[in-house]
Amino acid sequence: MGLAPEVLLEMQRRMLRIRGFDERASKMVKRGFIPGTVHTSIGQEAQVVGACMALGESDYMTGNHRSHGHPIGKGSPLGPLMAELVGKSGGVCGGKGGSLHLADFSVGSLGESGIVGSSIPIAVGAGLSASVLGNKRVSLAFFGDGAANQGCLYEGMNLAGVWKLPVVFLCENNQYALSTPAHTVTSGVIAERAAGFGMPGVRVEDGQDVLAVYEAVNTAVERARAGEGPSLVEVVTYRFHEHSEGLRLGTDYRDAEEKAAWLQRDPIVLFRRWLAENGVASDAELDALEAEVAAEVDAAEAFAKDSPYPDPAMAFADLYTEPVPIRGAVELIGAPA
Amino acid sequence: MTVMSYLGAIGAAQREAMEADERVVIIGEDVEANVYGTTGAGKSRRDKGDFLEMFGRNRIRNTPISEEVIVGAAAGAAMTGLRPIVDLSYSSFLYMAMDQFVNQVAKNRYMFGGQASLPVVFRSAMFYGLNTGAHHSDRPYPMFMNVPGLKIIAPASPSDAKGLLRSAVDSEDPVLTFEACPLWGMKEEVDEAEYRIPLGVARTVRPGSDVTVVAISSAVPEAVRAADALAEDGISVEVIDPRTLVPLDTDAVLESVARTGRLVVADPAHRTCSAAAEISAVVAEDAFDALKAPIVRVTTPDTQIPFSPALEKQLYPNRDNIAAAVRRVLG
Repeated sequence: MGLAPEVLLEMQRRMLRIRGFDERASKMVKRGFIPGTVHTSIGQEAQVVGACMALGESDYMTGNHRSHGHPIGKGSPLGPLMAELVGKSGGVCGGKGGSLHLADFSVGSLGESGIVGSSIPIAVGAGLSASVLGNKRVSLAFFGDGAANQGCLYEGMNLAGVWKLPVVFLCENNQYALSTPAHTVTSGVIAERAAGFGMPGVRVEDGQDVLAVYEAVNTAVERARAGEGPSLVEVVTYRFHEHSEGLRLGTDYRDAEEKAAWLQRDPIVLFRRWLAENGVASDAELDALEAEVAAEVDAAEAFAKDSPYPDPAMAFADLYTEPVPIRGAVELIGAPA
Repeated sequence: MTVMSYLGAIGAAQREAMEADERVVIIGEDVEANVYGTTGAGKSRRDKGDFLEMFGRNRIRNTPISEEVIVGAAAGAAMTGLRPIVDLSYSSFLYMAMDQFVNQVAKNRYMFGGQASLPVVFRSAMFYGLNTGAHHSDRPYPMFMNVPGLKIIAPASPSDAKGLLRSAVDSEDPVLTFEACPLWGMKEEVDEAEYRIPLGVARTVRPGSDVTVVAISSAVPEAVRAADALAEDGISVEVIDPRTLVPLDTDAVLESVARTGRLVVADPAHRTCSAAAEISAVVAEDAFDALKAPIVRVTTPDTQIPFSPALEKQLYPNRDNIAAAVRRVLG
């Protein structure tokens, strides 16, 4: 593929950021610092970063409930993301979105979505604006194997297909929709569904290989940028944590052997080995990279803790661009201590 | 000034907006064919297809029957630099895209902390009173009034249709416009020059001193007819058209009720949780002391819309049931 060493190292850096961020978030949930629910991408970093690194800085991306990895993969700084998870004013959304609705427009991240599949039409629309305005941007929609059975995906693939929009539909198939195995609810192969819409559909069988994901998505991005229309890329991967942090399920829906086998295929460990074996970086340099990212994560947590809670009046801001009287506004309560 | 129909005025507003700003695009089913006459030059069927000639297929986007992605894609396009006008034809079709309206269009600006702007207009027509049966006759604006983040307009005249639509396209927020098919053929003198009617400003259609009738959409001309008839009996009725349901010009309503002391609300939506219910509640909360009689609502009953003209015709606010309501509040 001939990627420059700095690009390869950036891939590892962003995977480390997602891992470090999500592991820290998981701990902060357990300690009660993060309210609400949190869905980590631990184990799926290669799939996220391989896809995002195939995009340019000004390209667009939308995501889903497994939500922190996507903006991190697109280049968002960690501090405002972590502050958002805690509900602080320094959060990337000012504390309005939380884990499920992260967005960082400055890096083209147009928003995660708590409703799975719901952000796919938004990504199609970003492709439409790029097409009408002729600005050569590409739009990528992340969605899971669960959302692959939502009707809006097929409406979106059809529309992007007939209008030849620069859209990449990226199915992150981690094989479970919460506790439901994909094969019990999904007929056929997701990637093959692309054929029905006259677009390429590829399945990356080893979604733990960041370069394999990058290569597949890069092909789709180049096609989109050349005006040849959308593609569907399905990436097979695995989540190492539960669907949601703290979720306790009564049934053991994942086979222990299956889980153990996937845990052996940690994308960050695999790529570190590849980088060393291919002479991209020495062990010392890779250690330094890990330390650098660990410091970023520490700084992000500190930033989140230091950031004040939003003023309660902010509950009534940002609904409209132009001020509109909000009926039923309540007497303001205090922020959590 | 020139005589325009309600539909022609919508076409004229769209043409003006597209000429004024290259970011304005029209998206919808059958918009190339100009089926309802709003994407032509706005004068007659002869002008069919004009928008396509004037603006081309890059800006006139004929879509598949896929409401969910039409609405969501328009939102995504608006978030990234376009100013789409979406023609959803029948308002009953909005339900197909309910997730996109409620979870994306209405929420994105808020939940992303103000990062998103959604300058997008969703047009739809309420085909009631035309024997189109239960799947095409809805008047669903109250459902959307219950979703914070959407602005909602319901023009009741050609002049308002043109001026309000221009303001809607200018708005940086998503606007839903509910157009009334019973008014499609209504004609009046309309300014050919560009003008805008601000959102959130009611129109006093007819001044009066005995009773305030707040009327919405097709109930407005019916309320005027009722007022004309009641004037013959010496009853002075003030007719107010809010024009915009979100934001709602509550000051105009409260000011009028403070003078008349009586309120009738005529609203073609179903009775429960209607716009009339909201307006009545506002007056009950903020102007109770001014009321000399209980508020009366004239709405469509909480039943589905039947096909037969013999069954449908009686259901909506009309001059007779509005006049009867006025007499009732006068005691």
